[in-house]
Amino acid sequence: MSKENDRTPPEAANGKAAPARTYDGPKRIKRRKKLSRKQQARRQFLLSMLAGAGLIGFSLTGYYPIVTYARAENRLRPPGAIDEREFLAACIKCGQCVQVCPVQAIRLADFPDGFGNGAPYIVARDQACDFSCDAVQCVLACPTGALSHHIDKKEQVRMGLAVLKRPELCLARKGLGFKGLARGKDFPGLHRYIEVDRWNPIRIADHPYDLELCDLCVRECPIKGAIYLKPLSDDPNEKRKTPVVTDKCVGCGMCEMICPTEPPAIVIVPRMKYGEKTS
Amino acid sequence: MNLFMESLRQMLGAEPRRPAPEDYSEEAKKLHAYKKTPEQRERRRKLIEEELAHKKESYAWRKWRWPTIIVINLLFVISYHLDIQLVEGALTASRVLGFHFADLNSALQVTLAFKEVLINLLIGVTTVAILWWLVGGRSFCAWTCPYHLVSEWVEILHLKLVEKGLATDIPLDRRLRTILYVAFAVLTFASGYMVYEWISPTGILSRAIIYGTWISTSFVGVLLLVELFFVRRMWCRYMCPIGLTYSLIGATSPTVVHYDLEKCLHEGECRKVCLVPHVLDITIKGRATKPHIDIGADCTRCAMCIEACPTGALSFRVKGLDKLL
Repeated sequence: MSKENDRTPPEAANGKAAPARTYDGPKRIKRRKKLSRKQQARRQFLLSMLAGAGLIGFSLTGYYPIVTYARAENRLRPPGAIDEREFLAACIKCGQCVQVCPVQAIRLADFPDGFGNGAPYIVARDQACDFSCDAVQCVLACPTGALSHHIDKKEQVRMGLAVLKRPELCLARKGLGFKGLARGKDFPGLHRYIEVDRWNPIRIADHPYDLELCDLCVRECPIKGAIYLKPLSDDPNEKRKTPVVTDKCVGCGMCEMICPTEPPAIVIVPRMKYGEKTS
Repeated sequence: MNLFMESLRQMLGAEPRRPAPEDYSEEAKKLHAYKKTPEQRERRRKLIEEELAHKKESYAWRKWRWPTIIVINLLFVISYHLDIQLVEGALTASRVLGFHFADLNSALQVTLAFKEVLINLLIGVTTVAILWWLVGGRSFCAWTCPYHLVSEWVEILHLKLVEKGLATDIPLDRRLRTILYVAFAVLTFASGYMVYEWISPTGILSRAIIYGTWISTSFVGVLLLVELFFVRRMWCRYMCPIGLTYSLIGATSPTVVHYDLEKCLHEGECRKVCLVPHVLDITIKGRATKPHIDIGADCTRCAMCIEACPTGALSFRVKGLDKLL
């Protein structure tokens, strides 16, 4: 190819071009409209960087949910979860813990959780972890140790703490018994009743109760000695009792799920430790 | 010009370089000179004309590739829902028949955010790296990534819309991907959160079909809309850090697309369909420095160029295997 065919002849570039050469009327006007290759490249680069900055900017909004509604005290993590901040760093968001849970207590967070998207959590009221699997299967399944591999027994777990948040609703505190289905006939939640089936959890809706004094939270607690009923006074005829949570509580949420009052009298405060005060 | 280094340069976003005269092998020089003779020119012109007159579309590889993506992703779904434990987990990390697998990019993020090297991840990453190295690196994109598949469908629509003048393809700067890669790595390290993972369309789609976390796919929808109307294959071409990670793995992979200069008519059908056309720069007339060249690191081994090539100048090759057989 000869040089004359190039888009910008050197004479035009250095401004010393003879008028006779630069004058080619309509062609020039057309050329001005079109961006030069350099300008085009610049434009493309700027647009690309803008798109990149937009993407990075958007990705950083994932921080917002974890300081507001999806923050640690609102998300009950599966057994063995390490410190919330480290948990979100270590969790590879694969859901293997979800897959092994026999009662399907674990769910994966979705987009509104931001950086927590894809991380597992439990809604105890809907389906608590009742340790039906016996051996903290979710911990064993976790490939990264976001659910700490130092835990091999359910008693070592600390997900949170059960708190009698609404004592005024508690049936035991009123001295009342409970008859019927704890959560109604449509409740899909599962629980392993060892006396019914040692291996397979059944629906709570298939297991009616008839209790003189409601002790569901104590009766169905999977951890020995984590919760007990204490009489409200020294009077030997005192019928009213109150649930007391001990330092053995692992925060699995079974009491919150089984509590027959609506809303539940007892709830789990995620990440809370024994002896801490509720806010 | 070292072809390997050149492929790494291109992978990071550089535009393909024109080879210098001394880069050409004797054989290549002869072939290029031969192709310039008037008889050969005339012959090529006629052949191309004939091709264009009887254009035939081939899906010889696609008919395997699409089902592969679907089957791999469905394996995760049915493993979970039928509880048969073949492939547990998601594309980010899984157990395949009990063996740890970990996506390289997800594992890298966890390591950067958590600042600890986890032994299970190391095992999983090694397994996955070896596996994808064997089959081509970025073959992960074209043969496994669910986003690649939907993006391909959108691309077909996009091209139709462009034809009708309803959409345009604004090319972006390919260096963007390298910049994003570094930016996401730095942010992940600095913040201690997996800044990239929550918007990763690969992770999002994988988890959505397995666990039903569909809200996340709204982000994927936005990406696809942009791709449909403005930038062809934007995510895979200019943005995805996962693609860059697997490119690196694929740079030395034995499974490659092989280019035969002698058979090539240089009509450029391959570059038109390619996701990463810069790797096919050597198919431009006069650019190939050797008569036989293996396509570079960024190639996804999707085989669309092989299907598009009317003369069979492009084909799959497993280095070492051809000598063995």
